Amino acid sequence: MSAPTTDLSMQLARQEGWNRPPVIEPGGEGELLELAMGPHHPSTHGVFRMDVVLDGERVIKLKPVFGYLHRNHEKIAENTSYLASMPYTDRLDYFCSLTNNWAYALAVEKLSAQAVPERAEYLRVILAEFTRIQNHASTIGFLLQEMGASGTPLMYAFREREKILDLFESLTGSRMMCNYMRFGGCRVDASAAWLDAARKVVSGLPEFVDEFERFLRTNEILMARAQGMGVLRPELAVNAGITGPMLRASGVNYDIRKVDHYGIYDRFKFRVPLGDHWDIYDRYMVRMLEMRESIGILEQALKEIPGGPVMDPKAKIRGFRPKPGEAYGRIEGPKGELGFYLISDGSPNPYRYRVRPPSLINLTVLEDMCLGHNVADVVLIFGSVDIVLGEVDR
Amino acid sequence: MLGEGILKGLSETAKNFAGSFVSKERLTTVEYPEERAPLPEATRVFPFLVYDGSDWQAGMRCVACQICEKECPPKCIYIEKSKDKKPDYVGKMQIYPARFEIDVSVCMSCQICVEVCPFEAIKMDSEFELSTDDRFGGLLHDRKRLAKSNEYYHSIHPTEAAEVDARLAEEKAKVEAKAKAAAEAAAAKATASAKAAEVAPAANAASKPAGGAEESKA
Amino acid sequence: MIEKADQIFILLRNWIVGFLPAGWQTAAGVVLGVIGIIAVFPALFAISVLLERKGLGRMQNRLGPNRVGPFGILQPIADAIKSLTKEDVVPLNADRIVHFLAPVYLVVVAFMGFAVLPIGRNMVLVDIDASLLFYFAMGASTEVSIFMAGWSSRNKYSLLGAMRAVAQMISYEVPLLMSSVVIVMATGSLSLVKIVETQNQYTWGLPHWNIFTPWGLAGFVMYAIAGTAETNRSPFDLPEGESELVAGYFTEYSGFKFALFFLGEYLGMLSISGLGTTLFLGGWSAPLAALNWVPSWIWFFSKVMLSIVVFIWVRGTLPRLRQDQLMNFAWKFVIPMTLLNLFVAALWRFMGEGWLRWVVCSSLLILVYVVAGRTGMRRKNFGPRSYRYAE
Repeated sequence: MSAPTTDLSMQLARQEGWNRPPVIEPGGEGELLELAMGPHHPSTHGVFRMDVVLDGERVIKLKPVFGYLHRNHEKIAENTSYLASMPYTDRLDYFCSLTNNWAYALAVEKLSAQAVPERAEYLRVILAEFTRIQNHASTIGFLLQEMGASGTPLMYAFREREKILDLFESLTGSRMMCNYMRFGGCRVDASAAWLDAARKVVSGLPEFVDEFERFLRTNEILMARAQGMGVLRPELAVNAGITGPMLRASGVNYDIRKVDHYGIYDRFKFRVPLGDHWDIYDRYMVRMLEMRESIGILEQALKEIPGGPVMDPKAKIRGFRPKPGEAYGRIEGPKGELGFYLISDGSPNPYRYRVRPPSLINLTVLEDMCLGHNVADVVLIFGSVDIVLGEVDR
Repeated sequence: MLGEGILKGLSETAKNFAGSFVSKERLTTVEYPEERAPLPEATRVFPFLVYDGSDWQAGMRCVACQICEKECPPKCIYIEKSKDKKPDYVGKMQIYPARFEIDVSVCMSCQICVEVCPFEAIKMDSEFELSTDDRFGGLLHDRKRLAKSNEYYHSIHPTEAAEVDARLAEEKAKVEAKAKAAAEAAAAKATASAKAAEVAPAANAASKPAGGAEESKA
Repeated sequence: MIEKADQIFILLRNWIVGFLPAGWQTAAGVVLGVIGIIAVFPALFAISVLLERKGLGRMQNRLGPNRVGPFGILQPIADAIKSLTKEDVVPLNADRIVHFLAPVYLVVVAFMGFAVLPIGRNMVLVDIDASLLFYFAMGASTEVSIFMAGWSSRNKYSLLGAMRAVAQMISYEVPLLMSSVVIVMATGSLSLVKIVETQNQYTWGLPHWNIFTPWGLAGFVMYAIAGTAETNRSPFDLPEGESELVAGYFTEYSGFKFALFFLGEYLGMLSISGLGTTLFLGGWSAPLAALNWVPSWIWFFSKVMLSIVVFIWVRGTLPRLRQDQLMNFAWKFVIPMTLLNLFVAALWRFMGEGWLRWVVCSSLLILVYVVAGRTGMRRKNFGPRSYRYAE
């Protein structure tokens, strides 16, 4: 892992240690109500259960229960070749298949010390930023749908997402399960027509983000429901290993694109937005601002993309046996730090294949954020964590 | 002022409502099944086997090498080799698959089988309306159902098919050139050895049958 | 001719009643009026349901239902058939009589409110002197049916949902009444017929609708907010929200009884809109003196449907308020504003004619609204924020 940043909040966080909020005592007499929210529930993002203990309307205890979507991904990978695991990584965080592919390809390239041609790096950045935009738009749409805005912002977000998915389909062949990155580059080259179509989509995005923001930013009801709710203090966030927009909304400056310098992100100018109030509203706004930054990166990348091959000519597709060793490859996924830890023993299958799922690790602080809040807010706080069950359960 | 954000939101919604009557951008519904959204060329759904010419059995490119069966991640391909052989597109005798079945309910459309096939025999189809009410047999596509012609491949993936055809034609030309060169070399050798046989018929009485056998083989 | 079109329903009724002996004529007339109301308003309900689904669809960049009949016009019929043919499930422990009576009571009481609305010139079913009082009495009874529904289900969650709904409706009764009291003060009568007739005057072609005065506009806004909360519509529909945990009061209902609840809710919407048009938008009077040739009942129905369109528009845009937030809003913001409105209306009346009263009343209302809004937001630390970027 790289050295920590010199950000003051990070240093303070490492000094202070674990700070749990005080346990909320139930007030008055009467029994506590134990409820199971889910797994069949319209607002849990997949099959997920939360066992809550309520005192009236306030949450006293909350236990997340997951595992309903466990599909043995890590064990299957031990019995499959490295290349054949790539389609399975699509299905981890099924909203953002291209960033999953990139994280896995990064880990394997570290393991086998492969170089990636420049055009492939540019294509990876372009596709990853498109993925980030469509993921954040959908997350904000879902959060508002749970607030009761009867799906209107969700439909607008999905309208834009469709354009991006059409781009993915014309390049990789599939809208969501893209299976596009390979060890040493990308599977197929993007034609000039595709790049033009991508530029066209990017030129329509700033207007969409403006409209989206205008629709929702000064909405008083949104502010009343989201500001001051689900506060996550920065020390707790750092100690619990939270990453991604949740961490940045708690004021901690940690973006793996800036810290690890992976890929060619150093060539692009983009800023990292931070939140000061650490609540749901900040998480929602940080995602909105990150969408704008991604649009900036896309414009730069689409302008500067060079020609050349997209695959390392020495890369082997079949019979790929990396040398024995281990590697951890991580990227700044739209939901947080997505990492793959691989141990190779020289055979075509990995010895150990471990996924660091950002959604699962971000869920560990759900109880701390929800204590003392109303039941209606639990749904909102849970939505602001932005999880995908495919990643939580693998 | 209190209420300003709400009014802004209301104006956005009204704009979308009015816009949905005038612009296609604000009403993106494609009414299936009367209309269909156009599929891009690179779409992949499930694999199919390509055959050249008009006879699907004679022209099938697949030689049952079983590479796709090994590389398939969910192991949905099942191949049985044949006992006899048939000529392929360059005329060489190859075995062919007696059974080639893909379980479409297992296949995850990852396209790895296409990537690893050395014979350009299996490609991705774009037909997705495959629902059937036969739960087990209906989703196990056998060799006959999977075989589709090269013209069909051209119709769904024109650029890719053109590239594949160019590559196959090049290979065929190379093989034919090699065969022609080998034939010429053999012919030259035959005439040379015939001349040598004329010059020294008595000295090569023992090796003549061997020379004759060589000639007939070439 | 114009008058014939305007009074067509009255003339029709008189003609039919003419066939009966004299002793029965008034009773028969009333019965015919009731039949008319029972026929017209559920038809409007069907239209509103369809309008809602298509309107929400268009706002969300998609088509609404369009398979059943051209443009989906026959969709309400399909929905009715569906709800009639569903199995009627009653929980084992439920109080069967109350469980059955709750939706019936809701629908009956919702219909009663229509009896006093003046639908057109001379077209009111019963002309009571204190018809506004009667209307509010009937409107408040709808809360009883909700509580009956929640109680009879013998389900912890339904009961909680029902209690929350009733608490919400009770707390919004006060702003509803207070914003109507202003009208009573200005008109001097509780009779809805008289209120409409006062608004039916024109100066320079423009009507004297109550909404065109400062206190009338403020009263209309508060009436709209309170009316939305009374009928449990978005953004106040927490009791029936799908993504909230505690189930609504009608979870244990299925089939036809559920359809009756649905009918009752929409009838309540139509009823509140009807009262709102009567009090603030001039009832059946035309917006310009020149347009008086259009029959009065057409004006009434178009104003009611316009209010329904606004309900749908608001539903498609705004997220929900949480229960304690909406109660806070009612008691701490809307009710003080209604009291201020009363004061302003009194000021209006006693200042006499002229431009001065316009300026004073409008500025007073706007000033207090802006200041109260700002302090309220600042105290709770709400407000748009700006964000910093990392260096």
